[in-house]
Amino acid sequence: MSTLTRVKEYRPQQRHLPMIATLVLLVAAYGYGASQYPAFGSGQVVFNLFINYSWLLVVAIGMTFVILTGGIDLSVGSVVALSTVLSAELLTKHGWSAPAVIVLVLAVGALLGTGMGALIHYFEIQPFIATLVGLFFARGLCLTISTEAPSIDNAVFTSIAQTQIPLPGDSHVSISVVIALVVVVIAGYVLHYTRFGRTVYAVGGSEQSAVLMGLKVARTKVSVYALSGFCSALGGLLLVFYKLSGDPLSAIGTELDAIAAVVIGGTILSGGSGYVVGTVLGVLVLGMIQTLIDFDGTLSSWWTKIVIGALLFGFIVLQRLIARRAR
Amino acid sequence: MTGHRLFWPIAALVALLLVDLAVKPSFFSVELRDGHLYGSLVDILRLGAPLILVGIGMTLVVATRGIDLSVGSVVAISGALACLHLSGLGDQNSVGGTLVAVAMALGLCLALGAWNGFLVAVLGIQPIIATLILMVAGRGIAQLITDGQIITITSGPFRAIGSGYLLTLPLSILIALVVFVLTSVLVRRSALGLLIEAVGGNPEASRLSGLRSGRLIWLVYVFGGLCAGVAGLMISANTSGADANHAGLWIELDAILALTIGGTQLTGGRFSLGGTVIGALLIQTLTTTVYTLGIPDTATLLVKAMVVLLVCLVQSPAFRAKVRRRRKSPPPAPADRPVKVEVSA
Amino acid sequence: MTEPEAILRMTGIRKEFPGVVALDDVDFRMFPGEVHALMGENGAGKSTLIKTLTGVHGIDAGTIELGGSAVSFAGPPEAQRAGVSTVYQEVNLCPNLSVAENIFIGREPRRFGRIHWAGMRRRAEVLLGALDLRLDVSAGLGSQSIAVQQMVAIARALDVSARVLVLDEPTSSLDAGEVEQLLKVLRSLREDGMAILFVSHFIDQVFAIADRMTVLRNGKLVGEYRTSDITPVELVTRMIGKELEVLDDLEESAHDRSDLAAAPVFLQADGLSRKGAVAPFSLEIRQGEVVGLAGLLGSGRTELARLLFGADHSDSGTLTVDGAVVPMRTPRAGMDHRIAFSPEDRKTEGLVGELTVRENIVLALQAARGWSRPLSRKRQDELAARYVAALDIRPTSPETLVRNLSGGNQQKVLLARWLITEPRLLILDEPTRGIDIGAKTEIQRLVAKLSGDGMAVLFISAELEEVLRLSHRVTVLRDRKVVAQLDNESLTADEIMSIIAEGSSA
Repeated sequence: MSTLTRVKEYRPQQRHLPMIATLVLLVAAYGYGASQYPAFGSGQVVFNLFINYSWLLVVAIGMTFVILTGGIDLSVGSVVALSTVLSAELLTKHGWSAPAVIVLVLAVGALLGTGMGALIHYFEIQPFIATLVGLFFARGLCLTISTEAPSIDNAVFTSIAQTQIPLPGDSHVSISVVIALVVVVIAGYVLHYTRFGRTVYAVGGSEQSAVLMGLKVARTKVSVYALSGFCSALGGLLLVFYKLSGDPLSAIGTELDAIAAVVIGGTILSGGSGYVVGTVLGVLVLGMIQTLIDFDGTLSSWWTKIVIGALLFGFIVLQRLIARRAR
Repeated sequence: MTGHRLFWPIAALVALLLVDLAVKPSFFSVELRDGHLYGSLVDILRLGAPLILVGIGMTLVVATRGIDLSVGSVVAISGALACLHLSGLGDQNSVGGTLVAVAMALGLCLALGAWNGFLVAVLGIQPIIATLILMVAGRGIAQLITDGQIITITSGPFRAIGSGYLLTLPLSILIALVVFVLTSVLVRRSALGLLIEAVGGNPEASRLSGLRSGRLIWLVYVFGGLCAGVAGLMISANTSGADANHAGLWIELDAILALTIGGTQLTGGRFSLGGTVIGALLIQTLTTTVYTLGIPDTATLLVKAMVVLLVCLVQSPAFRAKVRRRRKSPPPAPADRPVKVEVSA
Repeated sequence: MTEPEAILRMTGIRKEFPGVVALDDVDFRMFPGEVHALMGENGAGKSTLIKTLTGVHGIDAGTIELGGSAVSFAGPPEAQRAGVSTVYQEVNLCPNLSVAENIFIGREPRRFGRIHWAGMRRRAEVLLGALDLRLDVSAGLGSQSIAVQQMVAIARALDVSARVLVLDEPTSSLDAGEVEQLLKVLRSLREDGMAILFVSHFIDQVFAIADRMTVLRNGKLVGEYRTSDITPVELVTRMIGKELEVLDDLEESAHDRSDLAAAPVFLQADGLSRKGAVAPFSLEIRQGEVVGLAGLLGSGRTELARLLFGADHSDSGTLTVDGAVVPMRTPRAGMDHRIAFSPEDRKTEGLVGELTVRENIVLALQAARGWSRPLSRKRQDELAARYVAALDIRPTSPETLVRNLSGGNQQKVLLARWLITEPRLLILDEPTRGIDIGAKTEIQRLVAKLSGDGMAVLFISAELEEVLRLSHRVTVLRDRKVVAQLDNESLTADEIMSIIAEGSSA
């Protein structure tokens, strides 16, 4: 046998470890909740997680693409808010039809993302700064368009918002949940089965190598920001379906929740490693913490942030340890 | 002339001020009332003071190739702890009690800075991720301190930090000035500035020159925490209370903008505290200008985004190169001194 | 016998960088079914030549023909599509992706419009199998040894159906068995008619595999030789060359060891080693002695020096300074024992480009004093001015940014940084590389003077003439081992060359 051939023992792939940890954590949290509060055990608690956080899930999926390339997108919260404001404004004050509004909102999101991606790739402005400008720009647009938070009574929007899809076991989910899950499936497919998706990973692993291997790095880098803008706009629409209002001050700090969900889901912030499924788990963990704190009743809402911070710390240290052992 | 690294930010600042002057001829007038200076320019300085403070701390962090996203949360925590202590005092106007409140708040901020420094320098976590932890958790901690309420205080001595006057000048301006001068003197008179720039400029060369970068990195995060703490006190003194949700919101982003505008590169190395102050003033002047022009203040963010984008583009080498190529300028004039031949591959 | 048609023909290649001629009228050709070694020391122009071939750099003059038609590639991807594939020394693949993906990314087999993973894995196994490599192709590339990564890169190149395969120092981090495996693969590729460009610093390997070799020196073509027509010693001689200018005023007494025998030993290494860097070695340096390290690039000379300073820490052995065993785990430890180390790569390891000459000069001294005991500006200016004058650093303003200086002047700044710390042992790694003759002479003169004043010097250079001129003793390294330690009394460059080439004392 040649010296190069090495027989490898099987061990769980280390890059899956953070994701497995997140899953264990999620199940444990659910088990704890179920043991403490009888109502917690019902399936609807889990479905409510999806209902309440479907918009964040979609935003976090877009963020996953950006982070996989080694970038970051701070503008997502502002783009979400812009989408809600645009929807409310066009539907209530200008009498646009629902489909037209939806198309426009999604186009605006994608366009903003493309702009930021172009700044990052072609003018070599750091992702942090470029998307920060995007954050201010989109939030500024929100406030310029409207300073109020009008409610929406468009027939299409309200029917989407109020339709409950029954599930066995006396449970139900909303249309938004279905939309979010479709996004998850598409994103998973794109990342795993398309050249674009694999290039996203390659760029995150080593941009220089990706260039030398002849991959379409420029197109990919701009695309992930466009995609993130699109997902943020879609997330904004889902938020509209959830709240039926357009608030220029909504979704402040969403970028942090999205980044936290992505990191807790096992995606490495320097890029190249992570899964859409992990991000789903990450969002569910954030939601589960909030739900537990709500059920407890004596704990105040700020514990959510503190616990998320602690979790972030735990997962980042875990990633460090894995990276160190791999070396 | 345009080659000086502060040319563009200063030009932008002057242009904004001239716009203000054109719209409102009295813009530059400063008057002395009751021994206190009043005027738009004084306001810009007064309102810009917290950002200047945070910016100074952030500049040193960035110079070491770091970043501190947590300063906004630290601002909130600092104000919250000080106000909590003050609100529990029998006599809020007691100077001793106020000093204890200030000392407690700043002590906690030092500890928070040390935590960030520990994560970066000892555990070796990427700065942007390491400080993200405190950015997220810090807001929660601030709310925990205030119990989710907005604590209002009446302490005269404490409010003086934000709105008091000393020697005709607002105290907050003087505090920012003192911190700026002291920091400048400290980094330029001691060897700190040189060592920080060396670590940020070329970490490996610094290591091989015997520099122990760990302590230095730790130090700048502690200092960044302290600056944020002082800014937090100032902001809560200005509003006579602590709002854990909104105090210092986005100030980390503004501070990073300020130093970027001021010519400090996010990639570390050379830094300019003066540039950061100019950047901070530019951001504050922008807000004031929007107000002076009668544009609804809701558009401030929009204008800010545009101006920042412009300044960043003008400073981006890639953007300059692309513009130059398009303009088809004549070939550069031959250098007037012979080029020294370097033989290397 | 007529030669077959050349697959690649580069003629009259010239490449200039600002102020430097990196390639000057270089001809180069390759034939199908041949392994062609490109030889030369650092700065000879090997990597520049490869880069002009693969389109990383444009050329200022000359022509490149591939398969008989003129080509000019916009970059490595385009060159690859035309059949010129490069495998770099630092493997340019993505460690986060699987082995199979690294072979196929960008050209993944697809079915029903989606990536056909199973098919990709199968094809990867077949391709690697042809290279006699059997492993789990869905495992991450990052968890594989460098050797495997190297093979994966070759497999990728083969799958693009390369006609010309460029291997840039493929063996520099492989062990003996892995090298043998690689050479075996190259032989079989050669039989299939591939033209292989092989760059290596290991003379044995070159003679074991290459059919033909081209030697470059200082950006110029020295010649093209059939391996059967040249001996290792001749090859090394052609790579290193002879320096023509003689330094008259370097006193002959520099070689006089008579008073050195009595000088106390300053530093002594016993069995010091670091895995993958340098095999256990012993070495002693006396006060006032200049020890030269000779050996080709990659022979372990830099790695040896780094262990003495504490830039890397050793796995085994002891280091004794002034008779006491000391741990040497950080550069600071080296400095505390008054050892100075001027690294080979000035840009990445030596200087802080965006700081001024003055700031770079005082950096080490200031680091040793700590931040709270600053050198006054007056003192800094004095020190900078004195060394700018003494070493003739140009431009003479100490406030010039270091990155704007030429290589020779940068080197002098680095020297000045260490000289002001008044070291007892000065380690100079390639201090004269890539700098002009004038500066080179000045640095050599300085070394002689410093040793005359009692400073110990460890002098590393690829130029044997220079090592011989300055050193009292010469330590020869080859393949990461110390193979000889010789007193420099009547030593000649030829003797050292044959040791480097053949691994034994003549």
